[in-house]
Amino acid sequence: MREIGLAAAIREGMAQEMRADPSVIVLGEDVGKFGGAFHVTHDMLDEFGPDRVWDTPISEAGFTGLGIGAALTGLRPIVEYQYLDFIYCAMDQVVNQAAKIHLMSGGRASVPLVLRGPQGATGRGAQHSQSVEGYFMHTPGMKVVAPATPYDAKGLIISAIRDDNPVLFIEHKLLYGAASPGGGKALSDSAIQAIGMDVPEAPYAIPLGVADVKRQGEDVTIIATLLMLHRALAVAEELAAGGISVEVLDPRTLAPLDVETIAASIAKTNRAVVVSEDVSRAGVAAELVATINDHCFYDLEAPVQRVAAANTPIPFAPASERQVIPQVDDIRAAVLRALSD
Amino acid sequence: MNTATEILSGHVDCAGRDPALLLRMFRKMLDAREFEEQLYYLFLTTAMPGTMHQAVGQEAVAVGVVSALNADDTITSTHRGHAHCVAKDVPLNDMMAEMFAKREGSCRGMGGSMHLTDFEKGMLGAFAIVGAGIPIATGAALSARVRGSGQVAVSFFGDGAVNEGIFHEALNMASLWKLPAIYIIENNQYALSMTVAESSALPDLAARASAYNMPGLRVDGNDALAVYDAARNAVERARKGEGPTLIEALTYRIRGHARFEAAGYRPAEEVEAWKAADPIERFAAGMLAQGVASDDELNQIRADAEKAVEEAIAYAESCTDAGADDYLAYITAET
Repeated sequence: MREIGLAAAIREGMAQEMRADPSVIVLGEDVGKFGGAFHVTHDMLDEFGPDRVWDTPISEAGFTGLGIGAALTGLRPIVEYQYLDFIYCAMDQVVNQAAKIHLMSGGRASVPLVLRGPQGATGRGAQHSQSVEGYFMHTPGMKVVAPATPYDAKGLIISAIRDDNPVLFIEHKLLYGAASPGGGKALSDSAIQAIGMDVPEAPYAIPLGVADVKRQGEDVTIIATLLMLHRALAVAEELAAGGISVEVLDPRTLAPLDVETIAASIAKTNRAVVVSEDVSRAGVAAELVATINDHCFYDLEAPVQRVAAANTPIPFAPASERQVIPQVDDIRAAVLRALSD
Repeated sequence: MNTATEILSGHVDCAGRDPALLLRMFRKMLDAREFEEQLYYLFLTTAMPGTMHQAVGQEAVAVGVVSALNADDTITSTHRGHAHCVAKDVPLNDMMAEMFAKREGSCRGMGGSMHLTDFEKGMLGAFAIVGAGIPIATGAALSARVRGSGQVAVSFFGDGAVNEGIFHEALNMASLWKLPAIYIIENNQYALSMTVAESSALPDLAARASAYNMPGLRVDGNDALAVYDAARNAVERARKGEGPTLIEALTYRIRGHARFEAAGYRPAEEVEAWKAADPIERFAAGMLAQGVASDDELNQIRADAEKAVEEAIAYAESCTDAGADDYLAYITAET
């Protein structure tokens, strides 16, 4: 079995869908001749030509709107943001238009649109490092997908492209992987697990809204996505040596959220820790805690622990960035708190 | 036309025009007018929920442009969108039922006045965030190019929208890629209370086209045939792959911005002068002068329009109210 990285897996999924379905196009900054700032659209212009791969001006609101108009008239556009931080330039088009059109039209119109790009704290300062999923998990009408492994990423990008709704597809920069075509950064976080890199070449779809238990355990459940999933797995491995059995659950899709699988896990372990790189205040982790309290309150033997980024713009100084983003130590401490009650 | 505030008058020159086209355009303008006049009374009697924005006095722009399109061409509209829908053949019954929040409405009661949509008629949506429809129509034009469909996409928007950044982004891309798009500025002189001169450093809005390397022209927006001719040229250009056109149609919002807004910021004599330049009356005068129809025949068309709207109201009143839980079916699409 070959092993590929996350960027290569996403690229393969997109290219296979584009071969199978002429209505799939790609729009974004430097996605054509440059192959994408993180090489995720590498060589796509050569294969599919300029009518399928559109190098756009730096006009995020504009090309998002073009994606919506194209989605309303028979295409399935994939819009790439060079960094997901830039999607805020397009907030009106995403939140007021794409997410609302299905309801506003009484179901007569749908917007099969994928919005994708990289996020995550990687030493680039406040405007190229943040996690954006909270805003869109908050937005009714949106689906939000956050894969942590190459295997999941390929199956989920294929489902996202085939979905008839606007889907935000989040990629963590640190997970892109050395195997991305045309280069790419090596796995640069010691906690990143080489998991899910066995990616079948044939197309396959992983349904949106289905969580995956990445590690079975009995004593406590950690719920985490993206880079935090890897750090949670590192904590689970470490604590296993001390006889603590940690279950690690990856929702994979934040909206819709697989509450059933989360509840089943907590019914077994009775303790939960949620981990997110999004900021703590009104963030993804806050929503997960509230959801667990809504559905699992009488299964819990301890308060749900929330581990999330500090309520601050991401600072540049490496020491400060490390301080505000949840680390393995923070997750381990939260697990031990959950077990101590 | 030299200035945006010059009030235009005189009958519309109907010489050499196809009578069937003229009669159809006249009827469409009347349908749009009557639809909104009746809505106004329905709001006064509190029979209707929500709010609405009237395009009374602007009908020649919608009807002039859409008359130059094919049925499968697409448009985007705005919060002031009833006339665009009428022009694009969205059934009056569906529109009226939507106004009453009925399940049979064009948006199943989920959209309302500001979000009328009818995909079967190429009406891609009324987008009530100013300027938001501009890139969406541009995307429809891109899609037409990719699919090789030969369709043209039109975006209607007001003079206020040209000051949104999205106007700039969308027009630049449309011209860069020579997309089959047409941009119609309905310059009705006011963005709520703000005049064009108070909002735009360059009050000649058509001149902005030069920044995007596309043709920009200003037409008498109360002359449906002047609008029609400009739109036809733009459509021809677009279909030939020569790219987009920006058309500024000078017109006037006879009523206030929204439902009961009194528009006290406008001089009474200005409003009266524009009322005297009514696009429907100018069109009727042109048809009479050219002998296209008699007074009696035109009055019959007026009566037909009134009857059609009365029937739409009766139909809407007979429909089923959208239920409390209806929205649940429309939050996300089933794939």
